Amino acid sequence: MSIRHALLALLSEGPKYGLQLRQEFESRTGEVWPLNVGQVYTTLQRLERDGLVESDDNADEGPQKGFHITEEGASELASWLRTPPDFSSPPRDELVIKVLVAMELPGVDVHDVVQVHRRYLVELMQQWTRLKEDEARLDLNFALVVNAELFRLDSLIRWLDTADGRLKRAAAGVEAPAPQSFPLPKPRRKVGNRS
Amino acid sequence: MSYLEMHGITKVYGEDAAQVVALANVDLEVEAGSLVAVMGASGSGKSTLLTIAGSLEDATSGDVFVGGRSLTSLSRNAKAQLRRQSIGYVFQDYNLLAGLSAVENVSLPLELDGVSARKAQATAMEALEDFGLKERTLHYPDQLSGGERQRVAIARAVVGGRKLLLADEPSGALDSTNGEAVMRLILAACHRGMAAVVVTHDAQLASWADRVIFLRDGRVVDQTLPAENPETFLADLRQS
Repeated sequence: MSIRHALLALLSEGPKYGLQLRQEFESRTGEVWPLNVGQVYTTLQRLERDGLVESDDNADEGPQKGFHITEEGASELASWLRTPPDFSSPPRDELVIKVLVAMELPGVDVHDVVQVHRRYLVELMQQWTRLKEDEARLDLNFALVVNAELFRLDSLIRWLDTADGRLKRAAAGVEAPAPQSFPLPKPRRKVGNRS
Repeated sequence: MSYLEMHGITKVYGEDAAQVVALANVDLEVEAGSLVAVMGASGSGKSTLLTIAGSLEDATSGDVFVGGRSLTSLSRNAKAQLRRQSIGYVFQDYNLLAGLSAVENVSLPLELDGVSARKAQATAMEALEDFGLKERTLHYPDQLSGGERQRVAIARAVVGGRKLLLADEPSGALDSTNGEAVMRLILAACHRGMAAVVVTHDAQLASWADRVIFLRDGRVVDQTLPAENPETFLADLRQS
């Protein structure tokens, strides 16, 4: 996640000092992503070096030192918002790799392996869903973070379910495995940045 | 004793070579006030488990106890009475009667059970209001959105002090916002003391449950451990 751009976004609302940036960052991400104050100051220094923020001239170094966004910073923020993250190539997903390995290993029941992961993911989803139960706690930012996590975990479970079903059909001879020479699609043009 | 208890449930369809074992020696206990989700692929036996729990179908072998009473010991009439008085069903396709208004759909089972029409109507009105359907009570099912229809169906399943709620893919045809609303209503019914079983392939729905059991080829293969306190979970998250 780009702390750099998150800080630029907070500064686009007006000048702020370091500790304030940290507090606002945490409260607006539902306090799910804690940020240490060192990260904040290192990032601010880099932003200042790149001309995207400026510090108050007359302020002392320290927690009360204020920062404001420059015109260049504002345009960097606007361009970042509209640049899609790089989803063009699949991540090297450890879960996918474990299932692929389990399929090949003699003496391993791949369905059992799938179930271990499925249960763990459902348990995690139960924890996240518990956080939604108490609607009073749910400010919009936090609710969106919780939903994002639930959808992410859910997509992994759907993949496990699909894999489980396909493996079962393949074992029963209903579905033939793809031929080894199956042509792979050409990688797509990269449109985004991996941050 | 748990409100719903199923012991050694086996269900076999067909005979000889055409035999299909839908459930094999399944045990399930659901306490009053708790929500259990049953997950599994299609054909894993989860819907069959629900119909047997609700006495809509008999097991080939095994015992089902609802509120401490063994279903096998009940006459056909006694089972029908138990279904009307104690068990509410929610289905994916709502199963509302098209010729009846929302309030009539909810009050009908109460009237069939001998409650006066006026009282049944009042109880149904109250339930629909609780579910945010005050302005929809006189609408017919085809005048309601999918989410509203399912809320009517849940109201029908929980009115009249029923104790067991059985839901088969209750949000199967709904978007995620309406699906979540459905689960919140089912959870609220549990908080008021109902025991509930929700059968689903949808992990987002299942994750509302206190316990999730996993069926594969008619057998319970796994279940989740109880969730930790949300405060502890959140604190761990923020420290990581």
